[in-house]
Amino acid sequence: MASSAAAPVAGAVAGVFRAEHGRAVATLTRLLGDITLAEEAVQDAFVLALERWPEAGVPPNPGGWIVTTARRRAIDRFRRESTRDRRHAEAALLHTPDEPLEVGAVRDDQLRLLFTCCHPALSTEAQVTLTLRLLGGLETPQIARALLVPEATTAQRIVRAKRKIKDAGVPYRVPTEAELPDRLPPVLLVVYLVYTAGHSASGAAGGEGLVQAELCAEAVRLARVLAELMPDEPEVLGLLALLLLLDARRAARRGPDGALVPLSEQDRARWDAALVAEGHAVVRALLRRGAPGPYQVQAAIQAVHTDAATAAQTDWRQVLALYDQLLALTPTPVVALNRAVALAEVAGPEPALAVVDALDLPGYQPFHVVRAELLGRLGHPAEAARAYERALELTANAVERAHLQRRRVQVGAPSGGEGPRPG
Amino acid sequence: MKQYLLAVHTDFAAAPPAEDVMQQMFADVEAFNQRLRESGAWVFAGGLTPPESTTVVRTQDGRAVLTDGPYAETKEQLGGFWVVRAPDLDAALEIAQRASVACQGPVEVRPFQDDADDAED
Repeated sequence: MASSAAAPVAGAVAGVFRAEHGRAVATLTRLLGDITLAEEAVQDAFVLALERWPEAGVPPNPGGWIVTTARRRAIDRFRRESTRDRRHAEAALLHTPDEPLEVGAVRDDQLRLLFTCCHPALSTEAQVTLTLRLLGGLETPQIARALLVPEATTAQRIVRAKRKIKDAGVPYRVPTEAELPDRLPPVLLVVYLVYTAGHSASGAAGGEGLVQAELCAEAVRLARVLAELMPDEPEVLGLLALLLLLDARRAARRGPDGALVPLSEQDRARWDAALVAEGHAVVRALLRRGAPGPYQVQAAIQAVHTDAATAAQTDWRQVLALYDQLLALTPTPVVALNRAVALAEVAGPEPALAVVDALDLPGYQPFHVVRAELLGRLGHPAEAARAYERALELTANAVERAHLQRRRVQVGAPSGGEGPRPG
Repeated sequence: MKQYLLAVHTDFAAAPPAEDVMQQMFADVEAFNQRLRESGAWVFAGGLTPPESTTVVRTQDGRAVLTDGPYAETKEQLGGFWVVRAPDLDAALEIAQRASVACQGPVEVRPFQDDADDAED
């Protein structure tokens, strides 16, 4: 979709595209019974909007205009190219009245599409890619850049996933209450992964950085949609609160020179106070509900961090207690590693290092970063430097590399000869 | 309605399970098959003999050329299968989950190309 701001209408179409693409594809998929046909029809409607809106003006309900137009364009298309699939879809279309859709129906369509994109019969990579394509309206090159995957691989994932949905008969429906315990976690994970894909590289330079920021915004938008659609699911709200509190700090994660700023050194005045307040309100409501789950506990941890006026005022005992709870819910080495960071603040670096050294995470970059920091604090500069080296070997992102190289130098060990020297 | 192949891959080289385990499996599969017939999902099913009894037929210059043994030299070979009728993948996966419990092994779900109801197209 054109993003040229030269004509204000083109900008308006781009805005409508971002806001309405997922909804329109979701509704058209229900009407046509086929995702690819739905995408084509919605694409046609946006092309028509670019032609018509500059003269006729942006309609009062642009989303409704797109859905109605896409539906009509689909019927026109079927009459031109009458294949078997299209005849079936046309028959379905002609039996649906051409009238504005009810708000409730539109919401259900979005949920249906999200659960279809995140069907457990699809790989997690396919789920994330398809969700960004269909609900986020991102183009293949954007998704490829954002997820750091070759464009051809991304295109192939989309084609294969859509073909599997069609050939295997993945149903287009919202799971029943009884199915939700199995079906909700992949949806929440996909939204979370969309956010982290954007967050972990949000310091990337130039256009890439912009795409990453869009991923974060899209994940928060999806979390808000989910929370609106399923207000009774505590973990849905937990995910929303977690993303709000992470997103509140996004601007402060980068210094004026573009360098990565760790939580302890961030300028807390640059945090988004409105997002912090909103996240805290959700966390408080969840505490009253008393049905904790992994996303809620992670949100609570972020709430403790964002509650402290300065890094020194962080209630690390509270953070540690929450990590104990998280570790009981999800006993994974990654959670144990994060808990060790809190343990170091409460009990000192020595017991924390003992915990870290017992973990088996040789290929996990944060493991080496945490080890390096703890070794540095314990006065073992050579060992710390080696751990930073190992972490650097596992880091592709330029901003993160710069940060680790700086830390390695700060730890005071003579550089091994490779890599940049101070000054 | 769509049709799905539910394939069971078996390592025929592995030691067979104990007699009582085997008997339990036969009883469970029979009960599962019975329920499948009653629900209307049953199309066809069967267990296969070990792969040594397989013959591959190729045609060369219009004549049949036979090879002794299975087509693919893999450890796991098709040991048996069901063909079931189901409204969508979720329904087929639910049947496959019960099949997996009955036969005590992984079950591969693969959709057939055409919808059963579209046969006239």
